[in-house]
Order: sequence, then C-alpha cells, then structure tokens
Amino acid sequence: MHTSIVVIGLIGFATIGYTIGRARAIMTVGGIVKDLHSIPSYYGYYTAIWIGVPSLVMLVIWLIVQPHVIDEVVMSDLPVSITQNLSTSEYSLLLNNIHNTANGSIFSRRNDPNIIAAAKQVNSLRQISFMLMASTVFCVGVSGLIFARNRISPVMRARNIVEKIINFILIISSLIAILTTLGIVVSLMFESVIFFTKIPLHEFLFGLNWSPQIAIHAEQVGASGAFGAVPLFAGTLLITFIAMLVAVPIGLMSAIYMAEYAKPRFRAFAKPMLEVLAGIPTVVYGFFAATTVAPAFRIAVQESVGLNTSSESALAAGVVMGIMIIPFVSSLSDDVIKAVPHSLRDGSYGLGATKSETIRLVVMPAALPGIVGALLLAVSRAIGETMIVVMAAGLTSNLTFNPFEAVTTVTVQIVTLLAGDQEFDSAKTLSAFALGMILFLITFALNLLALRVVRKYREHYE
Amino acid sequence: MNNTLSTSLNKSASSQTIRLPDFSGSHLAKRYASERRFRILGIASVGVAGIILLILLSSIVSKGYSAFWLHKVELNITFSAEVLNPDGSTLEEVKLKQANYLALIHNALKEKFPAAVGNRRKIRMLYGMIAPKADLVLRDMVLSNPSLIGTTKKVLLKLSDDWDSLSKGFINRDLPESDRRIKDLEINWHDQLQSEGHIHSVFNADFFTTGDSRNPEEAGIYSSLIGSILTLTVTLLISFPLGVMSAIYLEEFAPNNRFIDFIEININNLAAVPSVVFGVLGLAVFLNFFGLPRSAPLVGGLVLALMTLPTIIIAARSALKAVSPSIREAALSLGASPLQVVTHHVLPMAMPGILSGTIIGMAQALGETAPLLMIGMVAFIVDIPRTFTDPATVMSVQVYIWSDSPERAFVERTSAGIMVLLGFLVLMNAAAILLRKRFEFRW
Repeated sequence: MHTSIVVIGLIGFATIGYTIGRARAIMTVGGIVKDLHSIPSYYGYYTAIWIGVPSLVMLVIWLIVQPHVIDEVVMSDLPVSITQNLSTSEYSLLLNNIHNTANGSIFSRRNDPNIIAAAKQVNSLRQISFMLMASTVFCVGVSGLIFARNRISPVMRARNIVEKIINFILIISSLIAILTTLGIVVSLMFESVIFFTKIPLHEFLFGLNWSPQIAIHAEQVGASGAFGAVPLFAGTLLITFIAMLVAVPIGLMSAIYMAEYAKPRFRAFAKPMLEVLAGIPTVVYGFFAATTVAPAFRIAVQESVGLNTSSESALAAGVVMGIMIIPFVSSLSDDVIKAVPHSLRDGSYGLGATKSETIRLVVMPAALPGIVGALLLAVSRAIGETMIVVMAAGLTSNLTFNPFEAVTTVTVQIVTLLAGDQEFDSAKTLSAFALGMILFLITFALNLLALRVVRKYREHYE
Repeated sequence: MNNTLSTSLNKSASSQTIRLPDFSGSHLAKRYASERRFRILGIASVGVAGIILLILLSSIVSKGYSAFWLHKVELNITFSAEVLNPDGSTLEEVKLKQANYLALIHNALKEKFPAAVGNRRKIRMLYGMIAPKADLVLRDMVLSNPSLIGTTKKVLLKLSDDWDSLSKGFINRDLPESDRRIKDLEINWHDQLQSEGHIHSVFNADFFTTGDSRNPEEAGIYSSLIGSILTLTVTLLISFPLGVMSAIYLEEFAPNNRFIDFIEININNLAAVPSVVFGVLGLAVFLNFFGLPRSAPLVGGLVLALMTLPTIIIAARSALKAVSPSIREAALSLGASPLQVVTHHVLPMAMPGILSGTIIGMAQALGETAPLLMIGMVAFIVDIPRTFTDPATVMSVQVYIWSDSPERAFVERTSAGIMVLLGFLVLMNAAAILLRKRFEFRW
C-alpha cells in the first residue's frame, strides 16, 4: 500500500511538472506562443516524461532489489550458530518464518527470540527502506524536472522528442505479447529439463503408469512414483473425442442453419443465445457437470444397462465440455460459411439443386478447409480446458476407453500437482511443468496449423 | 450447329445410356423430403443448444435460489445475571465480551423442550438446532445495551444448516431415519416450533456481507467479491493501456515486415493458449522468480492481464481498423503529425469499440478459475482483503471451493454464488453491448 502512495505522488508530481514545463516554455518566448517550435503542451509533456520515467524506473529497480538486500542483511545479522550448515531449503524455511512473523501472520507463533528479533529487524529495515525509496525517487524526479526545465528553449523540438519517446513506448508494449510467450516457454522449459534429468523422456512419453506420489519410505503403498503419461494423454483424448462428438454436429448444423436458412429475426435471437453459452464461466460448467449431468447419466446407465458406474465419468465431463464448445464451433464455422462466394451458390441453384443439396455438395466442400481450421481450434480448446475436467472427470489415472469410467487428463494433473504447496526439488512438482510443456506445445502446434489453414482459405476467396 | 449437337449426343448415347430427367415427381419428392429433413436438423441443433442453456440456468437457479433466504427460530432468551455475571461483581465490558452467551441459548432451549433434559444424546441434538456463532448475536445485543441483563426477550436466532435444510423442505422425511442427517425427534421439535409460528424465513443478508466459513450458514460471497474487484482492477490497469498501445502500434505505425508478422501470429496464438498454462507461468515467474506474495490479487491480476491482453489487442485493432481512412487523411492534410492523428481523431472514434472489447475481456477474466488455483488464490480466506497484496480469493474460485464441500447447504451456496457471478457477467456484457450500440460511429 505504501508503494501505491509513492506512485500516486509521482503521478501528481508529473502533473505539476507538466504545468511547470508548459509555463516555462511560454515564458521563454514572452507569451508569444507562435515563436515556439511546438505547442506549449508538448514542453509540458516533455517535462512530465523527464520526471515520471526515470523515477518510475528507479522505483521498480528498488522494489526488485529491496527484499533481497533486506534478507541478506537480516540473515547475516543472525547468530552464526543458526545460519551455519543450512541447506537451501532450510535456509528458505527460516527466511519464511521470519517473514511470517514480521507480517504478524497467525500461522507463525514461533517463540524463538532470534526469529522475533530478526522479524523486528525486517520490519524496521522495511520502514527505513521505504523512506529511503520515497526520498530517492523524489530526488530523481526533481533532478529530472530541473534538467528538463533548463533544456526548454524556443528552438527545442519538443513535439518530435515526445513523439519519439511515445513511439518507443508503443513498440515496447507490443513486445509484451512476445515476452509472455517467451516467459511461458522459458519457465516451462527450465523446470521440464530438470524433470527430464530425473525421469527419462521416453519413460514419460510412453510409460503406461501414472502415479506421481513419491514414496517417503520404501514400503509405502500406492506411492511408486511412476511418471508414464500415456494414461493422461488417453484420458485427454477420450474426453476431447466425446466433446467433439457433441460439439461438431450441433455446432456445425446450427452454423449452417444460421448462415443459410435463418431469417434476420431468428438470427437476432439465436446468436446472442449462443453467445451466452460461450460467456458462461467454465467453473459453472464444471459444477453443472458434477451435480446435474453426472448423476443423471449414472442413473440412466444404471437403469438401462444395470452397470454400476462411478460418480465421476469421462462421459459427463466430455458432454458438458462439448456443450461449452458448441458456440465456439458454430461462430467460427458461421464466418467460414459466409465467406463462401455467392456465385458458387447461384451456380448450384441455376442447375436446379435444392438448398440443402447446394449446402452439402457445394458450400461445404468449398468451406471445408476453413471448417477444418475451426475444428482444430475447437480441439485445442478442449484439450486445454481445465475446470470442467477438474470438477467432473476425476483424479485417478486410468488407462481405459470406457466413457463411463473416471479418467484424468493432463490439465487436471497440472492443477492437482501445482495447486497448494509445492516443493520444487521433487519430481512430483516438476512433472506438472513437463505436462504443461507438452500441453503448450500441442495446443500451440494446433493453433498455428489452424490459423494457417484459415488464413489460406480466406486468401483463396478474397 | 444443331447438327453437331445431335451428333455429339448420339456419340455419347452409344457409349452410355442417357439419363432422362425424372418427370414422375417421385424423385423430386424425395429430394424435397431430404431438404426438409436437413432444415429440421438445423433448427433442431439450434433448439438443442437453447434447451441446454435453459436446463443449465434453471438447474443453477433451482438449486441456488433458496440460499438467499434462511430460517431463524424465535426463542425466549433470558439474559440472566447469574450466567453473564456469575461472581456478582460490577459489570465491565471486558467481562461482558467473554461471558458465556451460549449458555443463554442452551437454557432457553431446555426451557422450551424440557423433555430432552437429562438425556445427553437428546440434549446434543437440541443444541444442534442453533447455528454456531449465534451466541455472538446475543453478545452484540448485550454490549450495545447492558440494561438487557436480567430481562427476558424474544430473539431470532439462525438455525444450523441441517435444520435450515429441514425448514426449506430439502430433507426427505420418507427415508429411513438412519439415512437422514435429521432424526425423527428433531423433526417433531421442528414441526412443533413451526406450528407455533416460531420459525421465520428471513433474507440471508449475511451471504452478501461476510467472507468464507467452514459453516455453510456463516459463509458469504463478500470477501471473494472484494477479491474479484481488486484482482480485476489490477488486470484492467495493466491490460487496457498495454493492449491499446500495442494495438495502436500494430495498426497505425508498424512497418510491414516479417517481425511484425511474427508479433501478430504470436498474439493470435497467445489468445488460444490454455488458461492453465498462464497459471504455470504466473507460478514460475511471478511467485518463484520475482518472489511476489502468494494468493495476492496483485499476482492474480497480473496473470489475468497477460491472458486478456490478446483479447483486448484484437478487439482494439478491429475498432481502429473500422475508423475510416478519410479521417486520417483529412487530419494529415491539415498538418497533424501521425501521432496527433491517432490521439486526436482515430482513437476517440475507436474508443467505444475498444471499451466494449475490454469489458468483454474483463468478463472473461472474472469467470476465469484455473490459473488462479495455481497461484494460491484457492486458499481459505475469511478476512476481507484490503490491499493488493492481502491474501484473497475471487468469486469463481470461491464457487469452486464451495462445490468441493459435501454439505447440502454448500450446494445451495455454490449455486447462489454462481448466480451472483452470472449477474455480474450479465451486467458487464450488457454494458459492452450498450456502449457499442449507443456510441459506435456508423460509417
């Protein structure tokens, strides 16, 4: 909260700087504005930038460095007897204790006087650091103001400078997307590589047994620590397949109906309805699957076949996921079908084909590449969907293609392995990163392929 | 010419038989029937989607509407001085805060049902009627008005979740007693109280004013609502400026080269990356690398900002693209610099489109759950978060947490939470549509 006060103060300071710069520029020409190179407000922006940007950079650097410096100081001030011979994990545990005590957290009622002293020291250091930070940032801002104010003169090309800076900021912000992708790849890669030094890649990709619990002692039951991901891939594929079985016919047929048959009034009602289906959060679908669809299926199966099924089944998760994807399929294919040129339809009608024959024999084949692209995107979405499967598909890995049994998926395992407390040196946690890597690569490839197919298709008719 | 046609016809007739047009109409009828079938299939699939939507919404509403009410029982509470002030000395506030208010409730219950006294099992059942923490109501009453001590007053007290379910009629009385959470004796007591008019149905205001709790009758959505607002504030503050700026650059200033193509493909791809991967990114980068606090709205907001960024960029670009080039040309010809063209003319005209795209992106972020589980927002949070670094949870995650709880009353709370969440989504989307309809410039 302290930091936000500093930020707000900075914004205020920069605003004041704007008026100072503006007034200064007008003063240099004695109030005859046309003698200035740029409009006065650009001199104001120039000053505000000189105040805001350096001090903001200073602030960010300070915030990144500060915790590390404080930790170093506190740990070096602790009696040597405590800090000696600590492994990295014990070291971080100790640090965590100190931090929790310093924050007054209820979870750390430790009465170790050393820790309490250290926590007090942390708090006082934080306070000192905050005061130092505020004054340093302010000083940087003031020097920026003085520098900018001295440089303002009638011949200074303030507009060009300001526009150059803004252009630079625009470029930086469009690079964020690349940075995000890079961040994803690097963070996944980093932990995955460590994982694959513990578990060989072929065992992970082709092993048939998934049970990521690592045994604490040798005879522990059910903790074999097997990392064969094939059951997860199979479960993901099974659920995706069921989802596509639901989504493709319904989505495609509604798209065809909306694009070719529906009158504007029907469209005006039906399109928003499908959009509502798309706007419902996945956690709601998950709840629906777990509390309404799964019990309904279980009862139906028990009464018709007499089979006893588990309360969590691939079928319920798959069907609800299919429902979620319907609007996705239908809106993408709707666009694709509409992009088919009208001349093709007219030609078909001219030869005496009925509307449905035209659609099936002319429009669909012409739209096929685009529809394939849309379906690939839908598959990628189904593979990456998480909440529905977490809530309705189950946790136990199960190499089966029986839709009435519980299966688990890649995303479920990532969530269960990473939600909660993790230790970053165990293969169990690291395996989630390897799974994330696989998931990212597969969906990335699917998306790339789909986007390329759709783009090619569009160019074909444009 | 006529000749050549007939010879070519003859030629092909010799190689294969000519199919004459079918004038009988039977084939045509078949084709028309298939046309009708196709059409019906189309309308049926739209209908199926609509019916599913209806089932989904009605199942949520039918499960959740009852959570907005709860039942209270009217008891004659005697604020006896012996219980509250056993040693008979002067009353101080500290003492009143620590007094045994639960005993007051228990005394009132025993007075109401004297038959249960003496039987430990029955007494426990009887005490189980009232919600835990109901004694705090009495404490607040006494603290605000100490003159109550020594008097008897009718007080409405919250029923426990099982009794509340019974009052709402969710307990199946036909089941054998051993399969029920509520036993026959309790049902008798309940029916007696009800017939005497002591059980009242009241609006569940606590649901909107309290945080999470292990007891369903205490659990509320308020703390997660505040968490959602804090998180979305961070998301908006980061993704809106960044998204608009990169859209402006890509649409207005970027040269046409391979690198820009690469950025564009990248953004489109990022829009389709599974959300759970963003959670892993947040865990690895924001928590482990930068050491930001777990469960904080700041981190959740950052992760969601990265997720919604592509959505906002794509929406903003199409809004910018929709502004007619004539505007740009006119401004340029009057001597505006390229940046002035954008900031003075193009951006204001594109703003309604950009804003409605942003609101839709925010609505997606509001419903997003999976990535937040990974950065610790799934924690059990009772307190109302105040700052961006306090531990917090958001509404969608709260729904997920409640859905994991086995109690019947939590199913009700989950559905009610979903209804509140959907309410906010409807509001946001309506705002986006309104914005688009009212302010978007039509060329």
